[in-house]
Amino acid sequence: MWKWLHPYAKPERSYQLASTLLPWFAISSIVLLVIGAVWGLAFAPAELYQKEYYRIIYIHVPSATLSMSVYMAMATAVLISMVWQLKLADAAAAAMAPIGATLTATALITGAIWGAPSWGTSWVWDARLTSYLILLFLYLGVIALHNAFEDKALASRAAGILTLVGVVNIPIIKYSVEWWNTLHQTATISKLSAPSMSSEMLWPLLTNILAFALMIGALTLIRFKNEVLARNAMRPWVRELAAKVGDK
Amino acid sequence: MSAPQSLSYRQLFWQVMHRDLKVAVHNKGDILNPLIFLVIVITLFPLGVGPETNLLTRIAPGIIWVAALLSALLSLERLFKNDYSDGSLEQMLLSPQPLFIMVLAKISAHWLLTGLPIILIAPLLALMLHMEPLAYPALMITLALGTPVLSLIGAIGVALTVGLKKGGVLLSLLILPLYIPVLIFATAAIEAAALNMPYSGHIAIISALLVLALTLSPFAVSAALRVSTN
Repeated sequence: MWKWLHPYAKPERSYQLASTLLPWFAISSIVLLVIGAVWGLAFAPAELYQKEYYRIIYIHVPSATLSMSVYMAMATAVLISMVWQLKLADAAAAAMAPIGATLTATALITGAIWGAPSWGTSWVWDARLTSYLILLFLYLGVIALHNAFEDKALASRAAGILTLVGVVNIPIIKYSVEWWNTLHQTATISKLSAPSMSSEMLWPLLTNILAFALMIGALTLIRFKNEVLARNAMRPWVRELAAKVGDK
Repeated sequence: MSAPQSLSYRQLFWQVMHRDLKVAVHNKGDILNPLIFLVIVITLFPLGVGPETNLLTRIAPGIIWVAALLSALLSLERLFKNDYSDGSLEQMLLSPQPLFIMVLAKISAHWLLTGLPIILIAPLLALMLHMEPLAYPALMITLALGTPVLSLIGAIGVALTVGLKKGGVLLSLLILPLYIPVLIFATAAIEAAALNMPYSGHIAIISALLVLALTLSPFAVSAALRVSTN
């Protein structure tokens, strides 16, 4: 595996790989987003009690589920960079932080909009909501630490330590539902065998989750490419690339 | 090749802690100011929300704990700052002794200087806020177990920001979110005690947080210091 992976430790090769992968991620995410959105918003049946406004689930659930996954992905990248000293993983982690923060903010805002009619209040200090707010603060802290250092490599190492410390928070989020079972309903689709949701609603939701995941992949690739360029701005290959783009 | 005089881990721990305590005794303001800050913040709350006894009894645990968090934050900045600016931190990093023991000693000294005074003054503050008498033991236990966690977690943030010019605001952004679990369980325990309900579960979780912080935080701090002194 190492023989196969080794060339990608070179920024240039990684940059090329990201360029090749990007169209696949971008196109598939756009197609699935359109399918999922039209299916969920127009064709999925209305809910019995919540009528039409439950449809915000098609944005809320994907962003909420994936905001945590992005943090785990970020932590994995940091771990890889610390253990195997692959400095490109730092670029990936730096690329993912703002995406994760945006997703978390989206989950909180759509949750507030959804909560207003269904719970009768847009915000409750329930464990899960609070944990997501903490997750947002953690993301903001990581981003702030990235911006605080002049040197990008140093910033990545500092933010990496903070990311790993924040990972301790993820299990607390995960189990908060079981610890303090308050207003927020318990997980609905984690048990795939018998979901407490009708399949007509579930399929568009799963489509959207996949579409969001691919979209995050595409955005990460774009930002990763930028990070690699910024970190290697003095290298000949980046200059050649810039000259090539300039000629067009 | 053997070192001229090698210290045992325990000697190393005591020496670093002794040094930090001695330095702190010379700068008494560093110990007193966070404590005065704590008392002033507590005084502001009755002035802000009104002097009704019932209301104050309700919110007393939360106020005391939030004030303790803020004063811990205030006192943390000097944990590594002076050592960083006079270069002794770099010498510690260069020394052959394990860094995490020195870090643990410095954090322990910090807790003795700032956490312990908070615990000692807490009953007085609770009295001023008309806290439920049943809740006093819980307040003391949660503070005794919780304030070391604040020092341990806070040290990570300080170590990350010690090399920066404007680290202060950033520090609060980095570590206050990590303090939230301690705050939640501590105040929940005190409120349970005020209602004469069992609160040993909350105490157990705070203890677990303490053990977790005690074992992992010195390593995170060491790694962060190596980044900051690069």
